[in-house]
Amino acid sequence: MRHPLPVALTLPVALTLSVLALTACAGGGSAAGTAPTVSSTRIGGSDPAVGPFTVFAASSLKEAFTTLGSQFEAVHPGARVTFDFGASSTLATQIVQGAPADVFASASTTTMATVVDAGVMPQRYNMATNTLEIATPVTPTVAVAGLADLAKPGVKVAVCQRDVPCGAATATLFAANKLTVTPVSQEVDVKSVLSKVVLGEVDAGVVYVTDVKAAKGTVVGVPIPTAQNVSTTYQIASTTGQHAGVAGEFVDYVLSPAGQQVLAAAGFAGP
Amino acid sequence: MSADTVTTSTRGLQGRVVVERGEFRLDVEIDVRPGEVLAVIGPNGAGKSTLLRAICGLTPLTDGAISLGGAVLDDPAADVLVPAARRGVGVVFQEYRLFPHLSVLDNVAFGPRSAGRSKAQSRTDAAEWVARLRLDDLAQRSPERLSGGQQQRTALARALASGPGVLLLDEPLAALDAATRIDVRRDLSTHLAQFAGPTVIVTHDALDALVLADRIVVLEDGRITQQGTALEVARRPASDYVAKLLGLNLLRGEAADGEVTVDGGGLLHVPDHAMTGPVLVALRPSGIALHTAQPEGSARNVWPGVVDGVEPLGERVRVSVTGAPSVLVDVTPGAVADLHVAPGDAVWLSAKATELEVYPG
Amino acid sequence: MSSRDRSVTSPPWPVAVPAGLALLFLGLPILALLVKAPWDRMWSVLTSETSLQALRLSLETASAATAVAFVVGVPLAWVLARAEFPGRRLARALVTVPLVLPPVVGGIALLLAFGRRGLVGQYLDSCCGITLPFTTPGVVVAEAFVAMPFLVITVEGALRGLDTKLEDAAATLGATRLAVFRRVTLPLILPSLAAGAVLAFARALGEFGATITFAGNLPGVTQTLPLAVYVGLEGDPSEAVALSLVLLAVSVIVLVALRDRWLRTGAAS
Repeated sequence: MRHPLPVALTLPVALTLSVLALTACAGGGSAAGTAPTVSSTRIGGSDPAVGPFTVFAASSLKEAFTTLGSQFEAVHPGARVTFDFGASSTLATQIVQGAPADVFASASTTTMATVVDAGVMPQRYNMATNTLEIATPVTPTVAVAGLADLAKPGVKVAVCQRDVPCGAATATLFAANKLTVTPVSQEVDVKSVLSKVVLGEVDAGVVYVTDVKAAKGTVVGVPIPTAQNVSTTYQIASTTGQHAGVAGEFVDYVLSPAGQQVLAAAGFAGP
Repeated sequence: MSADTVTTSTRGLQGRVVVERGEFRLDVEIDVRPGEVLAVIGPNGAGKSTLLRAICGLTPLTDGAISLGGAVLDDPAADVLVPAARRGVGVVFQEYRLFPHLSVLDNVAFGPRSAGRSKAQSRTDAAEWVARLRLDDLAQRSPERLSGGQQQRTALARALASGPGVLLLDEPLAALDAATRIDVRRDLSTHLAQFAGPTVIVTHDALDALVLADRIVVLEDGRITQQGTALEVARRPASDYVAKLLGLNLLRGEAADGEVTVDGGGLLHVPDHAMTGPVLVALRPSGIALHTAQPEGSARNVWPGVVDGVEPLGERVRVSVTGAPSVLVDVTPGAVADLHVAPGDAVWLSAKATELEVYPG
Repeated sequence: MSSRDRSVTSPPWPVAVPAGLALLFLGLPILALLVKAPWDRMWSVLTSETSLQALRLSLETASAATAVAFVVGVPLAWVLARAEFPGRRLARALVTVPLVLPPVVGGIALLLAFGRRGLVGQYLDSCCGITLPFTTPGVVVAEAFVAMPFLVITVEGALRGLDTKLEDAAATLGATRLAVFRRVTLPLILPSLAAGAVLAFARALGEFGATITFAGNLPGVTQTLPLAVYVGLEGDPSEAVALSLVLLAVSVIVLVALRDRWLRTGAAS
């Protein structure tokens, strides 16, 4: 899909595109309700918000980031974002091993730490927080009304495996509430947990609030009271590499009021 | 079962075998008495193997019926079809089809074992046949490590050990080299003489048929074109195929007053003056003499020709001569050297009237 | 004679260079696995509860899946090779589907068929209380699904290649159809049977996608060695490398077994 431009063409085309981007910001800014102030700080720079870049993001961010991506592209014509969603820990491993990620959005601070500590990305920002919720099938086989039901025998529960952020959060949740839950499966990421619930193969799955919301009625959420719940912080960081300009723009956009609005619409709480 | 095709009087292998497969149709009457050896000869594709497959039950009949010792094996009209496994037919296949994963002894024991005998009993039974066919030393050997003749004997032992009511042999000597063949043929002849049931041998080798069989059936294009004793067939071939097979000159013509006008040119004097109308004339290649000049002698038939081929044939040389009529002539190698015959040379041929076998064609 | 040998054994450079590259390409990742392996911790990783559990589970389920594939796959191979029936071509095509289907898709298909809410699974659940997902038998089902085609295709090929003349000969000697199969057909295709079983076993042992989709991931119940490797990558990558070496070792053993025992004799017979 990407056709790299010859070097001689790159500069004039980039300049043209950045002008177009300015026009688009000015024209579409008020209509989309975005504040162009954040991006304006970089427009005068040598590396405008154009060109392709890659975002590695936790699978729980899929819906929100897909929306953010298209909004960002609308605001910055010429910018082309490619997403890779997966378990944060898997993505982090790939990035440390040299995967070409320009932006990394992690579902946990410890996972983000491995990337920052490895020196791949210099600076991380708190982006949002998320809490857990119980997802149950639309036509339940066994009724699950709350956390305590997960420990009952005969209730099939799917959780994330311990090494991924949602799994770590789930383990904390169970420990904090002194529950001993024997899951039938420790899935590799939160979306796998959700799909097992959607298919009705399990009676309950512990997922993020945002996942229940993103499932759009294919699962029924059983909220966990705030007092019992645990919160996980999402962080975002970008590279200093080739696409640093546009990547930084994207991070700024996510942290901007417009970006936060999209995250809030997906069910995330503020950082 | 149709009463006209199967009678129980001789209790041998009897019936009319009709197998249709696409364009091809095999339709032959067979009747082999117990102890009799019938040779079926014919060119490739004549239906010889199909006939054997129909008898042993691997190919069902389209029409007709086969019975063995009075018991019906296959009769489509009566909806009777005895499977191969229950026919009691011993087959020595072309290339022998020995089981490569079994020793000679266990190959021979396969039949008795299939009949329900214990492993030990089957081997005891097999050992007897292994001994009778002089395979004792090879009993534990794998078939892959046998010579052609040994494989043939193993196949025969395997077929006989199952105690068959009829023995079928499909080109039993074709896989052997010429030297082995003579010994194995003699050997096979002895064993066949000891077998009490009817035997059918399929071959395309005239010598096998003449040596091994009591009676010969010539099968061409699914039909019997001639049958009779070996001697009858050899002296009076009914078709070009048989004549070629036996190495005979066969000429078609019109007989009148002791002369035969040969189709395609030539006039021959024959001994039988009573013969008239269309006839066949059989003339052995060794019954014709070759000369470089017109001969003077007692021979009634003398005609000129041109040599178009010289081919060594064992202890003789076969010379092909174009003339009226064109014939094959057998001479000794010495004669070829003396006469200096080579393709393109003009020669004279002579044959005594008594060398000519004339019969209605 | 030696010059003749040389001309046969040394390829021209336009062939030798890409061939060398291909070999390097295939060999380098294996070498990397060996170089980067945490040799100092190897013993403790391999003897850990998780590893031993996963290894045992993998061997058990792969053996069971091979047995399942054998019991129903060999008759299927025979039917495909020998029987004439309408839809035989379709049946053959169906056998090859799991070979080309991404295993994850296979896993989803299995869920839709044998899951608790699946086409067949819902009746299994309601009538007999049998649920396959998240159970060890579920792992066997997933592995058998992807592994059986290897056995069926290998054995079918052998049966097709087998001359029916020997079976005909056995029939004329009085052997019933079953006896012919048992005493002639089976011994003759034995090398292919073994090769097919080993291939199926190897495939079952390496199964990941269908297993994790259909049977989930729970240590000791459904977490086979490949799943442990994948999960290990999230937590302790060096552990994953160590477990990968175990799988590599098993693969090498299988390959050696195939080469020296069965493939060669299979080709010869």
